[in-house]
Amino acid sequence: MTARYVLRRLGGTLVLLLVLSVAVFALLQAAPGDPARTLLGPRNATPDALAAVRARHHLDQPFAVQYLRWAGDALRLDLGTSIRTGASVSATIGGRLALTGQLVGLGLAIAVLLGVPGGVLAALRRYRATDRAVQTASLIALSTPAFAGGLVLIYVFSLMLGWFPAYGPGTGGDRLPHLVLPAVALALGVTAVLLKLTRAAVIRELDKEHVVFARARGVAERRILVHYVLRGALVPVLTGVGLVVAYLLAGTVMVEQVFALPGLGSLLVDSVTYRDVPLVQAEALLIAVLVCLAGLLTDLAQPLIDPRLRPAADAPRRPKERR
Amino acid sequence: MTTTTAATTTSTTAPEPLLAVDGLSVAVASGARALVVDGVSLTVAPGECVGVVGESGSGKSLTMRAVAGLLPEGLDVTKGTVRLGGEEVLGLAPRARAALRGRRIALLMQDPFAMLHPQLTCGRQIADGLRGQGGRGRAVRAARRAEVERRLAEVGLEPSVADRYPHELSGGMLQRVATAAALAGDPDLLIADEPTTALDTATQAAVLDLLGRLRRERAMGLVLITHDLRVAFSACDRVHVLYAGTVVEHGPSHALRTAPRHPYTAALLASEPSARERRPRLTAVPGSVPAPGERGPGCPFADRCAFTAPACRTTPVALVPLAPATAGGAGTPAPRASASATDPGTSAPDPGLSGPHAADAGGRATACLRAAGLGPLDPPAGEAAADGAAGTGPETDDAALVVSDVGRRFGSAAGDRQVLADVSLTVPAGEVTALVGRSGSGKTTLARIAIGLETFDSGTVRTGPVDLPPGRRPSTADRRRLAGHAQIVFQDPYASLSPLRTVGATLREALDAARRGGRGDGAETVESLLAKVGLPERYAARRPAALSGGERQRVAVARALAARPRLLICDEAVAALDVSVQAQLLNLLDELRRDQGFAVLFITHDLAVVRQIADHVAVLHDGRIVETGPAARVLDAPGHPETRRLLAAVPAPR
Repeated sequence: MTARYVLRRLGGTLVLLLVLSVAVFALLQAAPGDPARTLLGPRNATPDALAAVRARHHLDQPFAVQYLRWAGDALRLDLGTSIRTGASVSATIGGRLALTGQLVGLGLAIAVLLGVPGGVLAALRRYRATDRAVQTASLIALSTPAFAGGLVLIYVFSLMLGWFPAYGPGTGGDRLPHLVLPAVALALGVTAVLLKLTRAAVIRELDKEHVVFARARGVAERRILVHYVLRGALVPVLTGVGLVVAYLLAGTVMVEQVFALPGLGSLLVDSVTYRDVPLVQAEALLIAVLVCLAGLLTDLAQPLIDPRLRPAADAPRRPKERR
Repeated sequence: MTTTTAATTTSTTAPEPLLAVDGLSVAVASGARALVVDGVSLTVAPGECVGVVGESGSGKSLTMRAVAGLLPEGLDVTKGTVRLGGEEVLGLAPRARAALRGRRIALLMQDPFAMLHPQLTCGRQIADGLRGQGGRGRAVRAARRAEVERRLAEVGLEPSVADRYPHELSGGMLQRVATAAALAGDPDLLIADEPTTALDTATQAAVLDLLGRLRRERAMGLVLITHDLRVAFSACDRVHVLYAGTVVEHGPSHALRTAPRHPYTAALLASEPSARERRPRLTAVPGSVPAPGERGPGCPFADRCAFTAPACRTTPVALVPLAPATAGGAGTPAPRASASATDPGTSAPDPGLSGPHAADAGGRATACLRAAGLGPLDPPAGEAAADGAAGTGPETDDAALVVSDVGRRFGSAAGDRQVLADVSLTVPAGEVTALVGRSGSGKTTLARIAIGLETFDSGTVRTGPVDLPPGRRPSTADRRRLAGHAQIVFQDPYASLSPLRTVGATLREALDAARRGGRGDGAETVESLLAKVGLPERYAARRPAALSGGERQRVAVARALAARPRLLICDEAVAALDVSVQAQLLNLLDELRRDQGFAVLFITHDLAVVRQIADHVAVLHDGRIVETGPAARVLDAPGHPETRRLLAAVPAPR
């Protein structure tokens, strides 16, 4: 992979982030009413207080200047203070980032470890009983909202069986058991999406002529599966994994409420409820960055897997046939 | 054939055939269990090349897939035996069958671009088939690499190809890589399924030569599946002609070519255009192959045959030997059932190329009830027609297309490529101009430029009344006028028709477009368009999936004609079709052109088709026109080496 390609992708991601950050900043302006009042929150809106807020947030200056100041601060991780608590937004988010990160990471791991092998299995047994069973299960998982799934999980595994704690983040080494049920609830739908995607990709590969040709010249069946079929299905599956990261992040909003986890998701709910605009902006920006990063990683990984996607400057010259 | 010794080497006396297929039948696994292959028998001796010829739907590929144990899902072998080196293989467990592939039998397929995995290097894919080359150690890897390079050298490629990915190589090179991969396990028998169909003629000849050389060097049996009789006759010792799942005739190549004894073989030969002489009209076989399950009790060819008697439709037919199998097998002249000239072919087999035949293989057999009465059927020859109107130099005033000094460069990160350089070409009104060249020579780019689908960098292009601007796409108004003047028919009718629309909807849309462009006179209807291309009205309600390849291409032609064009561009429009259907379509184009008086720019790599249809020829080589002139002159006395190469590459009977 050439440095040029990496730079181009990085540049593209940066431009995208720039656009998103403008949109996020515009949230404040889009909120109904006077931005100064919004920023002041529930406190008493005396003219003095309003003037102070206007001065601190440069609200009397043009939009572009406001944005530049805000973005400059954001780059230094200074995202202002929460209207509700008065605490630094960066510190508030930082305290909850780890928990949500662990939740999303575990959810993604569950989705990939269940969805991808499940999809491969369904594809290999396509149209047979196993395939139908796997497909039915995934349909149920897909159509179960995360909160409903979460409640069922709590009821079965926490109340009835008592295997896992029902709520709370746990402390220290206790974290993992506390995250299992939320992560499963979070991953249900995404697992089903990955499963369907993997199944379709593997079936498409199985029908390729190069698989028949590999069989026709006696390549071992297991080698065909791993090196030919799965290899070919890797690009679409990886793209899918990159895409579902966004779904997982959005899903934390619901799941953290159900399992009473003090993560970013529940913070977002609180911030929106109390119209805590600086926090909402910061969270929206953070999620945008994470989703863009996931996309960037997928983009950068693809040429490593598929030589056809490598930039042409890298391609060696065509060798000539011997005469 | 009761011995079970694995006779993989040739012995001087009656050798065990490498492959003996007897009465093989393949049926659809569900439903009415229609037979797609019905009682096919054939043998292949070590070192022998056997051709299996037939049109699409004849069951030729499925027969050999069944032999290799690679039938697609939904198809089963219902009857018959398949012996590989004396060992019955149909009863083997799937695992044991799989173990035979690569070592005893290997299959090479049609499309070199689809056959190799795009994400694995060529060397790796060859190595995957090598025997006993697994393992990870450095020494093992080095040995494997050396072996891969040796295999590449065997197919005429340099060692560096091992590190290339398929998309970096040309079709011809890929077919060589695929051949090396197929032969990596040193099989005794190679089945090549249309190995040259996806390649242009020049590359085709090289791949056929390669397969022939490998067969001789390795004393390997070769089954060549092809729809192209010329290919079969030029490469094979014996040929089996399949029709609707049964062998209708088999025999030595030369005998079959010079004196076919089944009307189907004769019809196929007659529909084959020849690069040597122009025929007034190709003898097309009417209709198409009956679908499995729609075959009557009698001869499957009866509905399309010129010699059908009432008995043909009711009496089941079977292969009947024409000559008693005499000692010595091959090369014995067959006593003729009817008075005819002696057959020079059977008395002079080519000693250098023919492999040792199995004892029962030398004779001929035909499945025609009337064989005795009909005698050897006329091989097509002699009746050469006057070549096209190769008159005075084309007038540029009323020319349908004038291209002068056109250049087109495609840029990419890997470097620019001059696809067209100083190309000048005039297509006179009402005549057929052929543009020939191998793949990559720029033919299609030129065609796309002519109808404004592609831009050009320099020069001038005038398509009828429209002057196309260099460097940018034509304006919407110009596009409209262009569409009224020129239309194009693409190579692949499967891809150029929307699978979701009925034929009627496709044609109606074309008619509406023509009407909006102010061209249609309102008299043309879907029905009249279908009638023009020889399709019944009820086809308007069908979707492309319910049509055969030839019928689809007719629809594509009908769609092009909706605009009443003065120039029809055919971009390899008959290349994907079976010969009998190709002949139908060539005849149709010729009739339509006479009738409607439009000019044709016929793009092809097949000089036999050029001879048949074209008045003028332009030869394109590496983006330059290297030779132009009247078709007859260029084909009879080619001036440029590239023209000679293209001519030499047309498969010739040996």
